[in-house]
Amino acid sequence: MNDVSLILAAAAMFMAGCAANGALRGTGDLGLVIERGAGRITLIETSGRSALGTVEGLGDLSHAAAVYSRDGRYAFVFGRDGGLSKVDMLRMSVDKRVLQAGNSIGGAISSDGRVIAVANYEPGGVQLFDAATLERLADIPSTYGDGSRRSKVVGIADAPGNRFVFSLFEAGEIWIADASEPRTPKLERFPAIGREPYDGFVTPGGRYYIAGLFGEDGLVLVDLWNTVGGAKRILGGYGRGEEKLPVYKMPHLRGWAIAGDVAVFPAIGRHEVLMVNTATWTEIARVPVHGQPVFAIAQPGGRRVWVNFAFPKNDVVQVIDLPSRTVVRELRPGKAVLHMEFTPRGEQVWISARDDDLVTVYDTASFAPLARIAALKPSGIFLTSRAASTGF
Amino acid sequence: MIRRLAALGLVLLPGAVVAEPPGERRDELINLVRQDCGSCHGLTMKGGLGPPLLPAALADKDPESLRLVVLNGRRGTPMPPWRDFFTEAEAGWVIELLREGLPDERR
Repeated sequence: MNDVSLILAAAAMFMAGCAANGALRGTGDLGLVIERGAGRITLIETSGRSALGTVEGLGDLSHAAAVYSRDGRYAFVFGRDGGLSKVDMLRMSVDKRVLQAGNSIGGAISSDGRVIAVANYEPGGVQLFDAATLERLADIPSTYGDGSRRSKVVGIADAPGNRFVFSLFEAGEIWIADASEPRTPKLERFPAIGREPYDGFVTPGGRYYIAGLFGEDGLVLVDLWNTVGGAKRILGGYGRGEEKLPVYKMPHLRGWAIAGDVAVFPAIGRHEVLMVNTATWTEIARVPVHGQPVFAIAQPGGRRVWVNFAFPKNDVVQVIDLPSRTVVRELRPGKAVLHMEFTPRGEQVWISARDDDLVTVYDTASFAPLARIAALKPSGIFLTSRAASTGF
Repeated sequence: MIRRLAALGLVLLPGAVVAEPPGERRDELINLVRQDCGSCHGLTMKGGLGPPLLPAALADKDPESLRLVVLNGRRGTPMPPWRDFFTEAEAGWVIELLREGLPDERR
């Protein structure tokens, strides 16, 4: 090895050290990209728009999701295999990891930041963990009917007051678990809400929980200010008896766009997004789009909604302008676009294209690509700004 | 009727051997099964919102019925028809593949 290459090697080691534990830095511009093909995540930063490094050994990351500790230091990554990993965003390492179930779908963090809730398919239910230690605090089996069966749990979200709200797919129920006393959570159940709720989310600010139904047209709304009022059906029969188109990927509701007094929802089984008045929860309009929408996410600022699509029309992203209710831009970020994540002030959006092994950062004003980052089968992108948002 | 036609189709196929598609198409199909079927059935096929598609889960199921589910979907469940993306023969090959355990894209 000659002198020059020695110096380069030393410089590389020094820089690697810096990225992991070097100079002081905040976490507000950090994030992670799930690399579902590799069981690892790539840590990113949105100021210079670059990849900082990877964290390996996170198991099966198909349909993985993440939430953040309230200080933005730690990511809690939920894997399909039931793995719950606590990742140190600054040291770029796994701080703690538990295998808490056989088959898992996602999770949430309590409003006080002390409790992590994980929603499981197998065995069906929700488990609560201490966010500091990942010690298990409580098990909430999703039993229904005569009590012998457990439902898959979907659409878990945090709500104000250390509550977690989630839906039971087979049972057709919504449950609220109050985790103020996390070893003895209090349950409130809403039975017979409709057939096959497939996902759910809490609206910005935390007032409503809304679940989408797969088994019938419509959505279900629970007013978290007044749960005594029960679960209310909204937009029932939006398909008006039309034959549904096949759905090759389930829409995702977390991140559903709510902009001002308008909510934008992906329709199920039709190539439309529905615009809804959030005061009356009635339909205002529907906008025809490129395919079965998966995510419809409001760009911070609220005027535009970005939509991606299910297989096989998943190489396109469309941008809808709310006042004119029209598609104003169509982007092609690559093959199999899975997710879009905005920086909290909306000036850039990160978009993953699974089959091109690519994440592209776009300027949302000019739609110009600002950076491209390689990642192995990238899926979800999660920025630390989620730490400060109810329902994320 | 569909079942009877399919049964007839099976009779016309030479034996139980299902031909493997050529290289590039083979990888494309495996990627499609792993990634897009995997959206519901899990990347490792251990199940998700959809049931597991691991060899043990499929062992006692009739391959022809499975092939028809892939092609036609299953009414009353979220399983859509995949007829537009697999030929009838490819669907049969995919079922064989799943029954043996899904390999990686490249050997």
